[in-house]
Amino acid sequence: MHETQYKLVRCTINGKKTETMVDVRASLTDMLRNDYRLTSVKKGCEVGECGACNVLIDGECFNSCIYLAVWADGKEIRTLESLLGPNGELSDIQQAFIDETAIQCGFCTPGFIMTAVEILESGKLYTRDELRKLLSGHLCRCTGYENILNAVEKTMKRRLGVAVEK
Amino acid sequence: MSVGKSVIRVDAFDKVTGRAKYTDDLCGKNALVAKILHATIANGVVRSIDKTEAEAIEGVVKVITCFDVPDIRFPTAGHPWSTDPHHQDVADRKLLTDRVRYYGDDVAAVIAENEIAAAQALRAIKVEYEAYPFVLDQVEAMQDGAPQLHEKYPNNILAHTGYENGNYEEAIREKGLIKVEGWYDTPVVQHCHIENHICFAEMEGGRITVTSSTQIPHIVRRVVGQALGIPWGKVRIIKPYIGGGFGNKQDALYEPLCAFLCTQVGGRLVKLDVSREETFVSNRVRHAIRSHITTYVRPDGTFVARRLEAFSKQGAYASHGHGIVAKGATAFGQLYQSAACKVDAYTVFTNTPAAGAMRGYGIPQAMFALESHVEDIARQLGMDSLELRKKNMMPVGYVDGFSKNENYFDSLNQCIEKGKAYIDYDRKLREYQNQTGPVRRGVGMAIFWYNTAVWPISLETAACRIVLNQDGSVQLQMGDTEIGQGADTAFAQMAAETIGIPFENVHVISTQDTDITPFGTGAYASRQTYVGGFAIRQTALLLKERILKHAHELTRMPAFNLDIVDGKIVRTTDGRELMTLGELATEVLYSLTNSEHITAESTYQVKTNAYSFGCSFAEVEVDIPLCKVKLLNIVNVHDCGRLINPALAEAQVHGGMSMGIGYGLSEQLLFDPKTGRPLNNNLLDYKLSTTMDHPHIEAQFVENAEPTSAYGTKALGEPPACPGAPAIRNAVLQATGVAINTAPLTPHVLFSRFREEGLL
Amino acid sequence: MYDIKALYEAKSVPDAIELLLAHPQARIIAGGSDVLVQMREGKLAGSELVSIYGLDELRGIKLEDDGTIRIGSLTSFSHITKNRIIQQYINVLGEAVDMVGGPQIRNIGTIGGNTCNGVTSADSASTLFAWDAVIEITGPDGVRLVPIQEFYIKAGVVDLRPGELQTAILIRQDSYAGYQGHYIKYAMRNAMDIATTGCSVNVKLSPDKTTILDARIAYGVAGPVPMRAHSAESAVRGCAVSEETVDAFGKAALNDVNPRTSWRASREFRLQLVEELAKRALAESIRLSGGTI
Repeated sequence: MHETQYKLVRCTINGKKTETMVDVRASLTDMLRNDYRLTSVKKGCEVGECGACNVLIDGECFNSCIYLAVWADGKEIRTLESLLGPNGELSDIQQAFIDETAIQCGFCTPGFIMTAVEILESGKLYTRDELRKLLSGHLCRCTGYENILNAVEKTMKRRLGVAVEK
Repeated sequence: MSVGKSVIRVDAFDKVTGRAKYTDDLCGKNALVAKILHATIANGVVRSIDKTEAEAIEGVVKVITCFDVPDIRFPTAGHPWSTDPHHQDVADRKLLTDRVRYYGDDVAAVIAENEIAAAQALRAIKVEYEAYPFVLDQVEAMQDGAPQLHEKYPNNILAHTGYENGNYEEAIREKGLIKVEGWYDTPVVQHCHIENHICFAEMEGGRITVTSSTQIPHIVRRVVGQALGIPWGKVRIIKPYIGGGFGNKQDALYEPLCAFLCTQVGGRLVKLDVSREETFVSNRVRHAIRSHITTYVRPDGTFVARRLEAFSKQGAYASHGHGIVAKGATAFGQLYQSAACKVDAYTVFTNTPAAGAMRGYGIPQAMFALESHVEDIARQLGMDSLELRKKNMMPVGYVDGFSKNENYFDSLNQCIEKGKAYIDYDRKLREYQNQTGPVRRGVGMAIFWYNTAVWPISLETAACRIVLNQDGSVQLQMGDTEIGQGADTAFAQMAAETIGIPFENVHVISTQDTDITPFGTGAYASRQTYVGGFAIRQTALLLKERILKHAHELTRMPAFNLDIVDGKIVRTTDGRELMTLGELATEVLYSLTNSEHITAESTYQVKTNAYSFGCSFAEVEVDIPLCKVKLLNIVNVHDCGRLINPALAEAQVHGGMSMGIGYGLSEQLLFDPKTGRPLNNNLLDYKLSTTMDHPHIEAQFVENAEPTSAYGTKALGEPPACPGAPAIRNAVLQATGVAINTAPLTPHVLFSRFREEGLL
Repeated sequence: MYDIKALYEAKSVPDAIELLLAHPQARIIAGGSDVLVQMREGKLAGSELVSIYGLDELRGIKLEDDGTIRIGSLTSFSHITKNRIIQQYINVLGEAVDMVGGPQIRNIGTIGGNTCNGVTSADSASTLFAWDAVIEITGPDGVRLVPIQEFYIKAGVVDLRPGELQTAILIRQDSYAGYQGHYIKYAMRNAMDIATTGCSVNVKLSPDKTTILDARIAYGVAGPVPMRAHSAESAVRGCAVSEETVDAFGKAALNDVNPRTSWRASREFRLQLVEELAKRALAESIRLSGGTI
């Protein structure tokens, strides 16, 4: 009989200190979806190729599907659910995804937005080509990426006080 | 007025906050996990299966093999059912099969307490196969003596159709004609929606409920009933938000198997979550089509006689079958005109994954062949290819005798002019003549033909239900589905427009539940705004009539002097607002004398179809020593009639163009010629474009409101996936002088062609 | 869920060595972007794992007193690219690892993992070969240093003995001082891909920038493991900076390589790339060094 090996994982998820016993075989995707019901974390390939499960760990983006849940111990994790304000206000990047028509089926959207958060938090002004590279870890089949790039670029410029076209 | 405005899509907030629920988000944590064992031979039979070891694994509940399933063959294509047996889809699938027809065929399934036990059990099942020779190429499969896949189809030919307009043999005898011919090949590609197909099934009250990531819930209900041999009313399908479909989910995929497995464990909740690797191989793919085109043309560019032979790779099972190449064959005969046109189209079984519907339904293949060929003709004649196209393409006023489609407007020329202007075509065409050196640029273009929905080949019907709330808002229910394209939003805009209420007051019930939702066949054939539009308009008018009848009683004004404007009952004679719709609804519902819950529901059968036209222009830079094409610029111009929501339409075109770029440059599913095993069935090795593989993609429109349509719309979603690849191919031809007739134009293909042409 | 038989999390390097000795069947998992993928595929299913992911002592880049650049084996690709020491002295390495996969992969992927999996297509490997990197291995018998060319034994196999783990990658001052380099990754798309062929070149020019004093070139996917092209190097050493020299470099590289035909690319196509990439990477390295062709 297989004896399941567990570990107590204490971490901060979306600003809240949490702890839970985790099966050491679980991926961070498994933990976030199953234990915390953070369903913005999507499964698209489970091998780190599509970016749908992307979350922020200590401010950097990771595909949570190929990240062991036990490694989250002591870390600060943020998912898309963290972006909404206390009264349900959308963050600027979420609003930009809406305004730029960057959402279609919506399945890649959470992952893209979390990478956008890392980009925006760097406080740097990137060129369009640099943004393409920074967002290249996400696959999308609906949008051709055009409006997603627009949403990220415009939000970046607004935050930095740079003129935004149209 | 809602139609024509770029309102925010109705599901935007939920999707941007991660709240929108997809199939896996809805599945109970108590679900048993089902996994499928796929064959490791390309053709043959399963002699025996030893499941002892697998069943002994802790956590394994049951192993079901191909020898344990009912002997029922069922069709899977997402077509409306036909009560005429001659028009029914081919029923060649079993839930699990002992007759293996492709590497990856489904031979057994495991049900386990968790995914690890299920995966271990798959590895522990011992299958004894008898392998037969196999055939991967559709033309080889037609030859005498080729391995046979299905008994009833000699030479593996699922279907052959042909037609002849005029007299081809006679026409080619005209003196002075120039003959141009070529072979054109398109690849097997996959839809690559980011959410894989997933479903879960549970029994309640003696019925099976399957929640599934599908485009076609009502069709899936029928197929599950057929596959399990149970009354269709015993099946309930629920379709929540789905992470894209693009035609793959226009098939019954694993819903029948999941439902069956559920019945094998006493109706307990069973989840079948398809992996990305399985999605590539064991769902559906796009038909690879090899086309041989011959054109006899006068020196002035007039097409006289045209011939198409097309060979479509069906893969192992019929699925959507011959419909794909047949649609391309229709386009071939219509997009360009000639005195004579002769077409033969074959759909051929091969030992490869089953091909089904994929965005464009045969037209991406047909446009790659045809628009490459037209470019080749122009080069051979030394003629401007745009002039050649304009000289021969479908004229305004053309009417197709079968569909009764009419070319009402000069859409093709209007689109071409817009595309030319955007890309600065004429100047660049001149500038890029006669280049030398390792890096060269070129421009190219292609036009497309499309039609809307499936009438008269199949039934076209849509049903709609609208329910009025006390506050004057409504619920809108459609059998037609939101799959990411924005259908719910377009439906809400249309309903708001016709009822006369603000857009925000239309609450679309996005989820289809076949127990509750009116019948509709689902998302495919670029049909929904067209077909659904009729049902919405008719139902909205019905609702409005009922509302105005009550308004008459409440206001004592004649109904013909009343209207609903922006949610208010308005007297049309002087524009006075008499009451709000909310006041009316509340009064009527709670009336102690005349209470009524105001609803409307109706079905509309559509017996028209509509042409949709457009073009793409592309500009490329070719690095000859590195055999690489860099796409610099691309524009798609499309007349899809009136735009219900311009921003959503543009976004949808972006996605179609992206798919066309991948089709032209990088995407193809490869198979090992020695074993038939798929080589690149994952998102690393299958080269879907990333953000770094596109230039800016420009979508423009020409808006000629479609006269036959309820709201002036026609096919929008699929057409932009059709002209990109040939436009890129033609741009590479201009840059290098090398005609590449095999899509995608990968570095491997360029390397071999550049060597043949002496560029390397 | 991964089919992990048992997971042992190392708390220090000595602890990792003890765990590896106590569980000889166990695999080391660093960032996991290879191990977990193989486990899911079934190849490593049911394995025991020793996780060294938590060993922060193996992260970071230092310039040692003798000028050696020391890269901790668990340093992620993105941290290498952003590091000032790398940018100042061997920027090409930062550029090369910035072409691995996509941003998320570069946050989890480690340079140690990239070299220990013994794969010829690793984007870091050809550049490390071209800079004569030295691998630091720590094991039960202490630390040993192995030139990277000897570290690779054959495809998928590196010189790690029982109880050993790679702890750092060292680049000595005489390997980099005065050199400028360029890496070209040739792949089928511009992100999320593995190299069809990768080529890393670095050169040292004479003070007047007209002569190549030294040139080094290494390839990924030109053979079963990453490799240097010594014929190409000797063909241009001491030669004038010129188009002819660049052409000779590309031609000579063909003598050293032995790519194979696979479904990913034919031998002939890879040979075309070997020659062309060598020329382009050399020309760019010369340009970065201040030379003109």
